[in-house]
Amino acid sequence: MTALTILLVLVLLLVVFGLLFRLQILTSIFSGSYVKEIGMSNRINALLMLVFMVVGGAAFFWSFANNFSKMNPPIASVHGHAMEKMFWTTMIVIGVAFAITQALLFIYSYKYQHQDGRRAYFFAHNNKIEVIWTIIPAIVMAALIFAGWKAWTRITGPAPKDAIVLEVMGKQFNWLVRYPGRDMKLGVVNYRLIDASNDFGFDLSDKSALDDFTASEIHVPKGHPVLIKIRSRDVLHAVYMPHFRVQMYAVPGMPTRFWFTPTTTTDEMRAKLGNPKFNYELACNQICGKGHFAMKLNIVVDEPDDYVAWFAAQTPVSKNADLMASFKQMSQQTGLGKGNSKAARAEAIEETGETPAVPLAAQASL
Amino acid sequence: MATNLPVSAQSQGGIGTAPVPHTEHDDHLHDHEHHDQHWLWKYVFSQDHKMIARQFLITGMFWAVIGGLLSSLFRLQLGWPEATLDWLQPLLGKWIAGGKLDPEFYLALVTMHGTIMVFFVLTAGLSGTFSNFLIPLQVGARDMASGFMNMLSYWFFFLSSVIMFSSLFLETGPAAAGWTIYPPLSALPQAISGSGMGMTMWLVSMVFFIVSQLLGGVNYVTTVINMRTRGMSMSKLPLTIWAFFLTAILGILSFPVLFSAALLLVFDRSFGTSFFLSDIYIAGQALHNQGGSPVLFQHLFWFLGHPEVYIVIMPAMGMVSEILATNARKPIFGYRAMIGSLIGISLLSFVVWAHHMFVTGMNPFLGSVFMFLTLIIAVPSGVKVFNWLATLWRGNIRFTSAMLFAIGFVSLFISGGLTGIILGNATLDIQMHNTYFVVAHFHLVMGSSAFFGLFAGVYHWFPKMFGRMMDEKLGYIHFWLTFIGVYLVFMPMHYVGIAGFPRRYYSWTGFDAFSQFADLNKFISAAAIIAFFAQFIFIFNFFYSIFRGRRATQNPWNSTTLEWTTPIIPGHGNWPGEIPAVYRWPYDYSKPGAETDFIPQNVPYSQTASSNLPYERELDD
Repeated sequence: MTALTILLVLVLLLVVFGLLFRLQILTSIFSGSYVKEIGMSNRINALLMLVFMVVGGAAFFWSFANNFSKMNPPIASVHGHAMEKMFWTTMIVIGVAFAITQALLFIYSYKYQHQDGRRAYFFAHNNKIEVIWTIIPAIVMAALIFAGWKAWTRITGPAPKDAIVLEVMGKQFNWLVRYPGRDMKLGVVNYRLIDASNDFGFDLSDKSALDDFTASEIHVPKGHPVLIKIRSRDVLHAVYMPHFRVQMYAVPGMPTRFWFTPTTTTDEMRAKLGNPKFNYELACNQICGKGHFAMKLNIVVDEPDDYVAWFAAQTPVSKNADLMASFKQMSQQTGLGKGNSKAARAEAIEETGETPAVPLAAQASL
Repeated sequence: MATNLPVSAQSQGGIGTAPVPHTEHDDHLHDHEHHDQHWLWKYVFSQDHKMIARQFLITGMFWAVIGGLLSSLFRLQLGWPEATLDWLQPLLGKWIAGGKLDPEFYLALVTMHGTIMVFFVLTAGLSGTFSNFLIPLQVGARDMASGFMNMLSYWFFFLSSVIMFSSLFLETGPAAAGWTIYPPLSALPQAISGSGMGMTMWLVSMVFFIVSQLLGGVNYVTTVINMRTRGMSMSKLPLTIWAFFLTAILGILSFPVLFSAALLLVFDRSFGTSFFLSDIYIAGQALHNQGGSPVLFQHLFWFLGHPEVYIVIMPAMGMVSEILATNARKPIFGYRAMIGSLIGISLLSFVVWAHHMFVTGMNPFLGSVFMFLTLIIAVPSGVKVFNWLATLWRGNIRFTSAMLFAIGFVSLFISGGLTGIILGNATLDIQMHNTYFVVAHFHLVMGSSAFFGLFAGVYHWFPKMFGRMMDEKLGYIHFWLTFIGVYLVFMPMHYVGIAGFPRRYYSWTGFDAFSQFADLNKFISAAAIIAFFAQFIFIFNFFYSIFRGRRATQNPWNSTTLEWTTPIIPGHGNWPGEIPAVYRWPYDYSKPGAETDFIPQNVPYSQTASSNLPYERELDD
């Protein structure tokens, strides 16, 4: 019944609008403005341009200032601070260009509205100002490109040799994490060895895989470079860690990587934000299916000592009986993971350009 | 009426008051004017470029309504994630069981919204309409180079539309892997149900769409090169034609690459090849595919995808240049610089595609190169903006509906274009990639801007298309609601993006990092839905005016270009007599010494002795 009433009201409203529209046409025919080209509406539209600029500009400024504190996710990585600076510097540059060009657009629209008897100024071109406004943006762009390029090469360059290595693997619809264990070498994995108990597809005939361990969240030490190796085992995903200004796709068949240095521990950040429940989060940022919006992983930044303690307390995969059994079975089924691990390992190193090992003892001295 | 200017009085008189060269009577050409054509050949399988343009326009409008409706549906979800939307059950059926939108269907909605808007509305609807309509009329040709191919171009588009539209009603849902259809998601039905039949139909539809684009594009290029009237050199072409011409070239060069990508994807999906697939374990099974690269697909896709955004925006740029000059009653500032910047943008548009891929695992060195090339494109774009502003400077502006939308276009193009400087910077893109900052950026710079160009074009050329005027008052209301609406939607979206909100998220409530903007999202959704409904004012105005609008005069805007020298409703062949010859550039507005404030292109210098510039006096013979 309510639906019917709403429908009826809508129909009646449309009829009213239709009648008003006809009425408007009839009156304008009567007053002669129907065929007149330039009249009152021209002045109103010109004025509205000015009003739009003033009210719109003020609303923009107000809402921007009002939301500013909410717009900036807290930063917790070394390169993140540099990026933030570059972002807001660029915002100021484009903000100035925005203000000038928009103001000119609306002011000109208002100021040069039609006036009876005036003729527009025949001004077809002027090489000098055209050259000026080609060169100035070109110079500004060159400066931005140079700054961006320098930062980009630094951020995407090779990770420091002593970086902590860990691997994140995306799958529908969660993230898997593994660490290289005491030997600091990530063992060989093979997607054909994956099954319910062997999520990563560990090839346990590779000795260096035996001490790898998996984790339900990422732990990294504060103030030490961290290299995240990224894989996907089904479709594209993207590792997106907004607080660290980190993003890299997870591509099936093509391992990717990103390194960064965390600057603030989780506890420090909780204290700083006054939010005891705060967590660094990793989100998936490449459409991957039904559960795309729910692929969350928490990241814990520890004090170096805590990190080493946590690291030492983890259980290596070789102690996981389920996994060992499952590997044996899969290995028999597929003929994989039998003594061919040496070749596979060499291939994996070549493929991922794995960094040399840093023993745990060295990590303990962080 | 009595207060009318001499200038506007001119328009009532039409061509009679403007000096016109002598034309010879041509009996043969009058044969084209026969009205006994069967309706099927006149309205349906027409080979007349004007009818084909109208077909493209109305099909495009249909698609725009569908595309807008889909966006309203997913904005409901984003604005009110907790709401129960039972009342949509009759429309969406099982996709909204229990009043909760299905997350997979949400992805299908965003995918189809993107596909429809980018390809079916802003490529076919915009370029298809105005390239078809204006190229022969403005270069002075009787029709396209091949009327038959032109007809095929529309019907391939129609076929493609039918297939895409049908895919919306599939049991497993339409394609849902994003409009960029990145494999493996788009290749594996196990990964998402939309990648089953929905994706197959998407690919088939796009193949026909590409065929349509190529048939149209070849026609546009050929017509512009070969069929210009006497005197119409390339340096006398209106900027609209330059824009359509370069757009068509972009399309011809880039769409085949999308075709190849689609073809390889079809092979991966159906014939077990591994172009884009490798090392995949899905749904409890390890696939045999090895050695393929999903990144290869992205290269192929964006090699079309990036020129595509210029295919969308350049026709709008051309029309806006034309409309700004006409209604400011001033020559476009820097005509040659405008052509140069269009050519510059066209060339650069082919070498910037990988800026969509900075963080896909592509070699960072390539990232540096593409950052450099991408940011260069700001220079020609800036030149265009400055030239538009200089065109308004000291003009005598008439705010027709078309002019309002043209000014709106410039404003939106600035707002959206500037944030491209952030996204084109590889370093900043690490954080901004795939966030709402990107969504806000491209919706302003290519989405809304191109729509504004489309509206400006329809309001401006409606009298030529249908022989009647659209209602100006409704046009004003439509403009202001849309203009304000667009800014209310997309400005706040930048804030959400700077905060890092990922796009294509069904809901953000699971993350602490993305929990702060529930109110703002509600606001954006409300503004988007209101702006969508405001478009029905335009649709009403459009159809009402076709039948009941005020009758148009021959040259209602006192414009200089050739289309306004045709009869009010041009017949097949466009000009009843000989095609007019062209003597001058298309922007002789408010020329000092001239009797009227515009001199059409077909007026020889010998008739305008009082206004000729020194170098033009030599041409006076």
